[in-house]
Amino acid sequence: MTNTIADIEQADVILITGSNTSENHPVISSVVKRAVHLKGKQLIVVDPRRINMARYARKWLRPNLGTDVAWINGLMHVIVSEGLHDQTFVGARTTGFEALRKTVERYTPEYVEKITGIRAADLIEAARMYAGAGRASILYCMGITQHTTGTDNVKSLANLAMLCGHIGQPGTGVNPLRGQNNVQGACDMGGLPDVFSGYQKVTDEGARRRMAAAWKVDNLPAFAGLKVTQMLPAAHDGQLKAMYIIGENPLVSDADLNHAEQSLRKLDFLVVQDIFLTETAKLADVVLPSACFAEKDGTFSNTERRVQRVRKAVEPPGEAREDWRIVCEVATRMGYPMSYADSRQIMDELRSVTPSYAGISYERIEQQGIHWPCPNEEHPGTPILHREQFTIGKGVFNAIDYLPPAEAIDRDYPLYLTTGRLLYQYHTGTMTMKTEGLNEIAPECFVEISPADARSFAMPDGALVSIASRRGRIQARLKISPKAVQGTVFLPFHYAQAAANRLTNAALDPVCGIPEFKVCAVKLEKAA
Amino acid sequence: MTTAAHPIVIDGQEFTFEPGETILDAARRNGIDIPTLCHLKGTAPTGACRVCVVEVQGARSLVASCVMPAAPKMVVSTESPKVMAARRMVIQLLLASGNHNCLVKGSDGRSYEEYASRLKRAGGDLEPCPAWGDCRLQELAWRYNVTGGRFSPTPPRYPIEDVNPFIVRDFARCILCGRCVQACNEVQVNQAIYQGFRGARSKIVAAGDRPYRESDCVFCGECVQACPTGALVEKDVRHRVRPWETRKVRTTCSYCGVGCQQEIHVKDNRVVQVTGVENVPPNLGSLCVKGRFGFDFVGSSERLTKPLIRENGALREASWDEALDRVARRLSEVKAGSGPDSIGVLTSARITNEENYIAQKFTRAVLQTNNIDHCARL
Ligand code: SF4
Ligand code: SF4
Ligand code: SF4
Ligand code: FES
Repeated sequence: MTNTIADIEQADVILITGSNTSENHPVISSVVKRAVHLKGKQLIVVDPRRINMARYARKWLRPNLGTDVAWINGLMHVIVSEGLHDQTFVGARTTGFEALRKTVERYTPEYVEKITGIRAADLIEAARMYAGAGRASILYCMGITQHTTGTDNVKSLANLAMLCGHIGQPGTGVNPLRGQNNVQGACDMGGLPDVFSGYQKVTDEGARRRMAAAWKVDNLPAFAGLKVTQMLPAAHDGQLKAMYIIGENPLVSDADLNHAEQSLRKLDFLVVQDIFLTETAKLADVVLPSACFAEKDGTFSNTERRVQRVRKAVEPPGEAREDWRIVCEVATRMGYPMSYADSRQIMDELRSVTPSYAGISYERIEQQGIHWPCPNEEHPGTPILHREQFTIGKGVFNAIDYLPPAEAIDRDYPLYLTTGRLLYQYHTGTMTMKTEGLNEIAPECFVEISPADARSFAMPDGALVSIASRRGRIQARLKISPKAVQGTVFLPFHYAQAAANRLTNAALDPVCGIPEFKVCAVKLEKAA
Repeated sequence: MTTAAHPIVIDGQEFTFEPGETILDAARRNGIDIPTLCHLKGTAPTGACRVCVVEVQGARSLVASCVMPAAPKMVVSTESPKVMAARRMVIQLLLASGNHNCLVKGSDGRSYEEYASRLKRAGGDLEPCPAWGDCRLQELAWRYNVTGGRFSPTPPRYPIEDVNPFIVRDFARCILCGRCVQACNEVQVNQAIYQGFRGARSKIVAAGDRPYRESDCVFCGECVQACPTGALVEKDVRHRVRPWETRKVRTTCSYCGVGCQQEIHVKDNRVVQVTGVENVPPNLGSLCVKGRFGFDFVGSSERLTKPLIRENGALREASWDEALDRVARRLSEVKAGSGPDSIGVLTSARITNEENYIAQKFTRAVLQTNNIDHCARL
C-alpha cells in the first residue's frame, strides 16, 4: 500500500475495486465501514458481484468481467473533459499527460457502457465523486490483478489517482491489499526472479557485486530467472529438472491444475517443505517437515509495509524445524556453509544488504512495527509513500487501451466464471480446514448463481451440478444468491476436491505472469 | 479551551485538558484511575453501568465520568465516600443480576442453594463461571469489597445459546453493559446484535432474537473480547482453559496481509485461544474469524513430523540426515548435469522475512540461478 490502514479513515471518498474486503481482509473492511457508517465518508464499489461492501456504498458499479481498463479510462474521460483533474499536481509531478488524454478521449461514457455494462450516468457520477473529493483512497485486490491485463489494470488505477492528485497525502493513494500474510515480505526479500532483497535488480552489476561480496561468492547469475507461471511449463517441456517448493501448494492454487500436475510429475527431482502433506507434497521425492508461524521467531511485513514480529509460542511437532534451518542445512551440505544462531542474526545480515530495511531492528519493533523504507536506525519509517516525489522522480502516466479478456463466452460455454475466497476459509485450505467450526460454516465448494440464471437453467438451490470449461470439469452444489449477477457465476477456490482451478484459464498477463483466474467461460449441467 | 489558566481539579490536583475530553480521559491521561465497566475505547459512551461515577462540586447528583465532558474549573472527587457507596451499590446490583457464582462464598447459603436449583431447572451453568480470573465485574467486586450476598439473585430468564461452533452466549451472566453491541456496531460494524426488549426482559439480541448462527454475525469475536463477564466466551475455552493456566505470546496473524497483532494463549505446549492485542496498530484489538478461531492447524495430528523420502514409488519416513543428504546430492547432480537454471525454487508468502531472505540467498548464491518466485499472485 502507498498509505496505511488507519489512514483509510481519513479519506472522503473510498473506491474499492476487485476486493471482496469483508471476506478477505475483514479487519480492513471494518476500517472502511467505520469511515462510511460512523463518519459519513463515501464509498464507491466497483465489482462484478454484489459483495457485502456494496451495502455500504453510495454507488455500486457493476462491470462485465475483465473490463477494468475500460471503466477506469471512462472515469478519466469524464474527469478530463469536465476539467476535474488536479492540474497543479499533473503539471508539477507527472509526465505523459498528453498521451493519456488522447487515449481516454475515446472512452466516452456511452462507449464504456457498451463494453462494461456500467450505465453512463453512474460512471459520470462516480467520476465526479472521486475527482471532487478532498482526499480519495483506492483499495484493490486480486480482482484487479488476476487478469491477462492485470498490469494494465494496476497502471490504470495509478493513472486515475495521479490525475486527481490523490496520492502522497493521508487518506489517498493506490492501495493493494495483499492476500497472504507475508506476500509483501516474500517480495521485499527477493523471492522474485528479477530482484534481490529490497528490489535491487539482478541485472544491475553494482547490485550483483555488492550481494556477491556480502555472500562471499565469486559471481551471481546476471539474468532474471523464471516466474512461477513459467517454471511449470518449463518443467513440462523438460527444461526445468528439479524444484524446491517451500510452503506452497501450486496443485490447488495454480490456474489450469491438470496441466500443473503433469508438469510437476515430469520433474526429475521435487522437494517439498511444508507443515502438511499437501497435494503438492504427495508428488515429492523428498518431503521436509517445517515449523509453522507459532513455532518460530522472525518477522512478517503486512500489506501496509509494516514489518512486525513473529514470536515462538509452542514447540514444533516431532522433528519439524524452522524453514530457515532446513535450507541452511541443505546449503551447507552442498558445500556452502550457512549457519545462524537465530532469526535475529539473519535479520541483522539482511538489513545490511537491504537498504529499505536497514533501520528496522528487532529492538525497534518490539512493541510496534515500522513501515519500510526505513534507511537507518534514527529513521521513523515511511507510512506514506510518494509524499514529495515519486521514487522514480516524476510519475509517469501510461496511456493504455482496453483489451478484452482471453476467453469469451459462446454457445458452448455460455456463462462467465469468476473465482475468489470466502471469509471462513483461506487459500488452499490446508490451515483453515483443520478447524472444525470453519468447516461447519463453510463445508464444501459451491457455485454461486443469480436467481435469474438459476431459473433459466431450471435448477433449484442446493442442486448438485457439474461445471465445465474447456480445460476441465468439477461438481459443486448450486447456491442461489443475490450477490451474483445474471450471466456470471462464482466459485471459491479453496477446495481441493472440487478445485475451481481445474476450470480456470492459465492465460498469463504478459508482464507479471499472473494467470487470468478471474474470467473464463463455463457451462452448467445437472450432475450425472 | 486548552488553558493552563482554567484547569480542571481532580482529587485536589490541577490538570489541563483538551477540548472534547471527558473527565475520565483527563483523569486517565494524568494517571488517575477511575474504574469503568461499560466504557469501550473508540466508541460513543453510553453511560450504561455507572461504575465510573464521580462527584462534581456543585452538581446535584453523581456524574458518569466517561460521558461528562471536562470543563474549566470543574472540581472532581473520584473516590469520595459518596462515590464509593454508589459504586458498591452498582456492583451489588450487577452481581445479583444473574448467575455470578464466582462469588458464591459471599452469598448466604440458603439463598444460593435455592438459586442453584432454580438455575439447574432452567438449564443454567452450575460450574464456576468460565470468566473467573478474567472478569471485570469480579475485579471490581474485589476492589470494592463487595460480596454477592446483599440482594438475592434474579432467576435466569433465557437459556444458554451454543448452537454455533465458536461462541457461547450465557444470558444469565450478561450484565447488559452494552459493550458487545458497541464492539459489533461501532468497531467491527457488522451490525449483528443490538439491545432488545425492555425492563426485566432486556436482552442482547441478534436478528430479531435468533441465534448468532442465523444472524449477520460473522464470528469475528469482537464481542467476546469486549465482554467484561462470562456472558460471551469462546466455546473451546469455556470451562476447559482457565486464564491462570496459560502463557501468552504476542505475535502476528498468519492468514491475510492485514497482519493483525494477536496474543496466542498456550497451555501444555498447545495453542488454546487467540485474542487481539488492544491499542496497537494495525488492528487495535480486532481480529476476524480466521485469526481468532482458525488456529487448530497448529496442533493438528496431520502435521508432518518426520522427513519423508520416496522409495519404490511410495513415501517413507527418514532421518533428517538421510533426507538432507538426498536433497543436497540430487540438487548438486542436477546442477552439475543440466546447469543451475534447470532448478527452480518456490519460496513462500507464508514464511518469515528471514526465511525468504535465506531462500533467495540459497537460490542465488548456492544454486547459482535466479529461478526463484512464490505463489502470491496465484
Ligand atoms: S462475533 Fe462479531 S459479528 Fe458476531 S455478534 Fe460478535 S461482534 Fe458481532
Ligand atoms: S454480553 Fe457481555 S458485553 Fe454484552 S451486554 Fe452482556 S455483559 Fe455486556
Ligand atoms: S485476524 Fe483476520 S484480518 Fe487480521 S490478519 Fe488475521 S486473517 Fe487478516
Ligand atoms: S463506564 Fe461510565 S457509565 Fe459505564
